[in-house]
Amino acid sequence: MEALLSFFDYFSGSWMDLLEMTYEHIIMVLLGVLFALIVGIPLGILCTGNKKFESIILALANMIQVIPSLALLAVLMIIFGLGFNTVVIGLFLYSLLPIIRNTVVGLKEVNKESIEAGTGMGMTRLQLLLKVKFPLSLPFVLAGLRIALVIGIGVATLAPFIGGDGLGREIIAGINVRDTEKIYGGAIFAAILAILVDYLLGIVQERIEAKQ
Amino acid sequence: MIEFKNIYKKYEGGQDVLKDINLTCEDGEITVLIGPSGCGKTTTMKLINRLINPTQGSILINGNNISTVNPVELRREIGYVIQHIGLFPHMTIARNVGVVPHLLKWDKTQIDSRVNELLELVGLDPKVYRERYPSELSGGQQQRIGVIRALAVEPETILMDEPFSALDPISREQLQEELVRLQKEIQKSIVFVTHDMDEALKIADKIVLMRDGKIVQHGSPEEILRRPANDFVKNFIGKKRLQPAINMPTVADVMMRKPATILPYRGLAVAMNMMEKKQVDSLVVVDDDNHIEGYVSIYGVSREFDNENMQVKDIIQPFTHSAAPDSLLADAIHILDESKSSYIPVVGASGKLVGLLTRGSIVGHMRDMYSQERWAYNA
Repeated sequence: MEALLSFFDYFSGSWMDLLEMTYEHIIMVLLGVLFALIVGIPLGILCTGNKKFESIILALANMIQVIPSLALLAVLMIIFGLGFNTVVIGLFLYSLLPIIRNTVVGLKEVNKESIEAGTGMGMTRLQLLLKVKFPLSLPFVLAGLRIALVIGIGVATLAPFIGGDGLGREIIAGINVRDTEKIYGGAIFAAILAILVDYLLGIVQERIEAKQ
Repeated sequence: MIEFKNIYKKYEGGQDVLKDINLTCEDGEITVLIGPSGCGKTTTMKLINRLINPTQGSILINGNNISTVNPVELRREIGYVIQHIGLFPHMTIARNVGVVPHLLKWDKTQIDSRVNELLELVGLDPKVYRERYPSELSGGQQQRIGVIRALAVEPETILMDEPFSALDPISREQLQEELVRLQKEIQKSIVFVTHDMDEALKIADKIVLMRDGKIVQHGSPEEILRRPANDFVKNFIGKKRLQPAINMPTVADVMMRKPATILPYRGLAVAMNMMEKKQVDSLVVVDDDNHIEGYVSIYGVSREFDNENMQVKDIIQPFTHSAAPDSLLADAIHILDESKSSYIPVVGASGKLVGLLTRGSIVGHMRDMYSQERWAYNA
């Protein structure tokens, strides 16, 4: 009871700071994932045209994914120095695999009838991609985006180690000064953010699937 | 008109799928390609919109060799209804139907009105269905949309690849009937692939029966039922369907074989005498070689009876209707009915009289059939 009271005490004093950190957190993750979408979707599309290309790209993305996040960020820090940009690059790399893989799977799952109908009615390859294949693989791409965002929110808590901001700052500060409330504050906010994003994108995904 | 000229198709690995296909699909007709699976019927159809290209030979549409046409443009001019319907699940019905007009960059109001027109054509209310998604429609409704989607830009040629095979039997029959009705209105050249003989017989103007990449027989449903080219065709059609056609009586089965005739140079008294003896009211006039010349009726004879110089040939009247001995009785009855007389002559090769089809002989035949069936039934 006492612990809860002191947490509320802490919270009422620093919720403004926490909100600001949440905002920074979101910006980092969104930028990283946005770049991953811009690069990953075209790569995924290229993969479906060429088996060899597909295996190379997916292998590379897999390799990035298995590097521990702290190690990856540290290596990036060595190359790009401290700062916001390095964090975004790290988040970008981490988001690539789910987005590429889900784009590839989504495009492969498009039903054959739709493709045959599109081709048979005289769509060019580009029209077929833009009007039929990509819209139909959208639920899969969205699922990839959802995974990427949730992973990104987690990874971004490590940002302060390489000069970034976000909710991680509160957690790490808490660790440094042995302040349990601070640790809880940062962790709970990051967790709520992840759950919220997952939930909202889940709704969007369902809506799109229902239409199809 | 679609012409296939000496088409061969080999797949990699040396497997022959089509061997020397020569075929002409006439304008405004439904040509049904049929055969067991793997016979090459779908391949043949897909050659027309270049989803598949032949290894050898050429295909002409209205005289133009399609190998010189850009496949994308060619396909926009050919309607295509695929197996399993293939509506785009992420597009509304209106957008699905408007796909090709959209590709051809029609303007929006024109597409809208065309979509409404097509929906009404198959009895779907545009207000209700335009904004729905395919998954909200029944299978039969979906395939109606599939069919009108192929009609959107009024292509001269329409390809249909087993379009009704995924439907339940009741919607399938409905759609077949609708297609026949629609075809009367739109008069397109339709190439229709199926493996269902009943479907083929129901909708086809011409049936092309294929086996192992070759055409076994090409003809109207009537021809194929009556004169199956070989045992394969007979088996494919199936005994049950063949039976009624073979048992369907022809004029030769029913006609009266020894009609009362008279030569043209006989006098009227002779004619009157013959009519009395044979108990008939008219005589068929034939020459020495049994060639038909016309008929004389008892009214004509009695009107001129007093004139002793008159011969049969002076009062002869021509026949307006006649039947051939191998034509179907059903057709001949129709002709008889049209002639409004009590009989029509049955005329064989080179105009010779072979018999008469009279109302009496038809009734007699029906009586025979009926009593035979009764016998069979009782036994």
